[in-house]
Amino acid sequence: MILKNVRAHYSTDDGPVVRAVDGVSFSVADGEVLGVVGESGCGKSTLASVISLTAHPPLHVTSGEMLLDGETITLTNQEHVPPGWQGRKVSLLPQRAMNSLNPTARVHDFVIDVLRAHDSTITQQEAIERAQERLEQLSLPSRVLDSYPHQLSGGMRQRVVAIISTLLNPSTLIADEPTSALDVSSQKELVLLLQLLLDRGFIKRIIYITHDLPMLSNIADRIAVMYAGEIVEIDNTKAMIDTPRHPYTRTLIGSTLDPDPRVRESRIEGIKGAPPDLRNPPSGCRFHPRCSYVMEICPRETPPISGTDTNFYTCWWLQEQTAAANFAKVQK
Amino acid sequence: MPPSAQPPLIETKNLSRTFGHGEQAVRAVHNVSFHVQPGEIVAVVGESGSGKSTLARLILRLLDPTSGQILLDGRDVTTLRSSKELKPYWRKVQGVFQDPFAAVNQFFTNRRVLEKPLQLLDHKPSHAERDQRVETALLEVGLDPSDVLNKGPHQLSGGQLQRVMIARALVAGPELLLADEPTSMLDASLRVTVLNLLLDLRERHNMGILFITHDLGQAYYLSDRVLVMYRGEVVEQGPVQQVLSYPQHAYTQRLLADVPRLHGWGAVLSDGSYNGGTGA
Amino acid sequence: MATAAPASGQISTRPGAFEGLRRSIAVATAHNRRFWFSLSLITILLIFSLLGPFIFNKSNPTKLIGGLYDPPSSEAWLGTDNFGRDVFTQLMYGTRTSLLIGTIAGVVAIIIGVTIGTLAGYHGGRTEEALMAFTNIVITIPSLVILILLSIAISNRSVVTMGLIIGITSWPWTARAVRAQSSSLRTREHVDVARISGAGPVSLILREILPYMLSYIVMAFVLQLSSGVLQEAALAMLGLGPSNVISLGIMLHWALLWESVRTGAWWAFVPPTVLLTMIAFSLLLLQSSADEIFNPRLRRR
Repeated sequence: MILKNVRAHYSTDDGPVVRAVDGVSFSVADGEVLGVVGESGCGKSTLASVISLTAHPPLHVTSGEMLLDGETITLTNQEHVPPGWQGRKVSLLPQRAMNSLNPTARVHDFVIDVLRAHDSTITQQEAIERAQERLEQLSLPSRVLDSYPHQLSGGMRQRVVAIISTLLNPSTLIADEPTSALDVSSQKELVLLLQLLLDRGFIKRIIYITHDLPMLSNIADRIAVMYAGEIVEIDNTKAMIDTPRHPYTRTLIGSTLDPDPRVRESRIEGIKGAPPDLRNPPSGCRFHPRCSYVMEICPRETPPISGTDTNFYTCWWLQEQTAAANFAKVQK
Repeated sequence: MPPSAQPPLIETKNLSRTFGHGEQAVRAVHNVSFHVQPGEIVAVVGESGSGKSTLARLILRLLDPTSGQILLDGRDVTTLRSSKELKPYWRKVQGVFQDPFAAVNQFFTNRRVLEKPLQLLDHKPSHAERDQRVETALLEVGLDPSDVLNKGPHQLSGGQLQRVMIARALVAGPELLLADEPTSMLDASLRVTVLNLLLDLRERHNMGILFITHDLGQAYYLSDRVLVMYRGEVVEQGPVQQVLSYPQHAYTQRLLADVPRLHGWGAVLSDGSYNGGTGA
Repeated sequence: MATAAPASGQISTRPGAFEGLRRSIAVATAHNRRFWFSLSLITILLIFSLLGPFIFNKSNPTKLIGGLYDPPSSEAWLGTDNFGRDVFTQLMYGTRTSLLIGTIAGVVAIIIGVTIGTLAGYHGGRTEEALMAFTNIVITIPSLVILILLSIAISNRSVVTMGLIIGITSWPWTARAVRAQSSSLRTREHVDVARISGAGPVSLILREILPYMLSYIVMAFVLQLSSGVLQEAALAMLGLGPSNVISLGIMLHWALLWESVRTGAWWAFVPPTVLLTMIAFSLLLLQSSADEIFNPRLRRR
């Protein structure tokens, strides 16, 4: 899956334009979990609705295309998505998915609705059998199908919705903050379930969007860090956690508090200031007003992308550091 | 400093609160006893439904206990009922809540929000004293008074408004600050700055802090002692190093095992105990 | 730290209370045709009843201009009533009286209802049970019966007396609705914060609870007003209307008493009925469309 140059903004009749996603490109390999991390208002949820083809006004997609399993779709016209994309190629597991179950209907009614929406020829019996089979493959009790949502715990509801939304074997699952509002034990169960869906080949890849870096580091193979509508760094999870490069990634990782004796040893500093206003983002590098390595060029020019498609950063200071290191090597 | 060297600032004895009657009765808080010394930060850790928020409301005397006592400087305060009787208590014990936007009266300016607690003082403050107290409190939390005072709460960011709410709690000069999940609505980068602010307050004023959280990492970073709550009861309490490094109770152990860690890469997945989940 | 950092994404999701409210009301009203329709209807009714006599130069409703039930003519646009008075002139003054009685009744009902409802919701416990028990007793007694008894007991019924009588029998509905609101507002965090800031009960009710119910109270008032107008009509038709003035109900009373229906003098009973319907309809429409504006969740997509 390759995503190219996605731009999207919110606009209303009288309000200013909020450029929530501004030029995002990345690729996801088969069997991979790509994590997208960022703070509130960085555009990560907007990105989720754009790539799950569920954007609707006031959100407008101005550019971007998605290459998925050999087919290309332009993202700009989301009112008319070709049939078979939504739910089959991409499927969204939203933040409070567990509340999307109708409280007055049993879970199997929801299963029937979802499957019928994509294939009207399927019978009720077939739909239920398919869900039963899937639940058994994932070692969940199939009796949940006969339950009402309120009879299930929040964590179980969230897992059930995750399973139902992948019944059609979508090649890409987009999970937007799926574990927020869950207890840690339920968070863990859900993440394990997603991993199992991937291992069994029911889905090919996951884009996991969250603000929770510790959780993400446990499931993602690669992590993209978003700041003010842009991706500032993408790297393999282990490399990023152990040796973050971009100054924003550094502070983000530096301000994470693990329940570990080491966090008590020294005072941890947060990031000064607040995320920028996307109606009027800072010039040049968008992180420069909060960056402690800011240089003279940063407010003037947008930093270029350095590195490869799967592993890059955008930062003037890093470029200079790398250049200096290379120069030192040559000198030796 | 051994705990017996000083009398506790606040102490609860078998504090309980039950909601409802008969078969439907829910013991939200059951037999909770603990104490906070001046200058001590005590964390109450628990998941949703553990009773930690009910405990917060009990300590702030916003809710009457079903049984048990709360002692401030050795005096039982559970007998105080009316807002008049409780004023001296609230002068010494103040609170900060989870969502600053929900905790603020949206029809007020920030100045008015900050001046409200001045009515807790035992004297009527002069104009000069009012201004001075409000401005000192704002400077204390790292905000510029001229930047904040005449705005409405909704003109500030979440992080700024939470600081205003902390300043509000400081205006009357409390000795104990109860912080109920003060960072849960904030981004990671702002979270640490609020925690550091609490550390500074302890340092500068020898303030006791009761910090209520679901985040073990924050409890570890901030507190001296920790209470672990589960279904309304304190299942474990002690120095934070001891409880979180050598948890005794099964619940604490499970909680610690399930928390995702940044520097324990893949730990949650590799433990591989996926069994489809219990608790349907 | 305290640099005036623009408030990031929060601006878009959490607009400032007033700025945001004003903007969303502006947006909502602009697209809400029902709101503008009901508002213009009410304005027309007000102009008709307050300025009509001057506009049409018909300012003496008791002047006799013809005989019993003269049909509409160029002089008497809607004919004459049983006494030979101009129906059109009567209609303007009658609407004025009906609206005035409705307004007085609405104000009285709101004052009593909001006070009892807020106190019950705020205090909870025994106070709430006692106040609500009282409210329910008032509800179960048919209000028309109380109205009839009160009206008979008071021999000289002025417009103000009528408004008061209707007001003090119709508040329970408002009291129940307001109790539910204030009882949920009581548990909001900002009320807790005000309480630990030392605010007493009076201050909590006036500053922390009432402002949050303001839009709700305005809409309850509109409903009470419209039901007040109808209550007055019902009483007046029974002959228990205000003395010495004309109201829409009194017009109907005379029309029924003097056999206008049987004699085919439609101009004596149709116009007041139409006006009563218009008043009730426009007020109900205003209430429901204003509800959509205040509660964005009800808005149609």
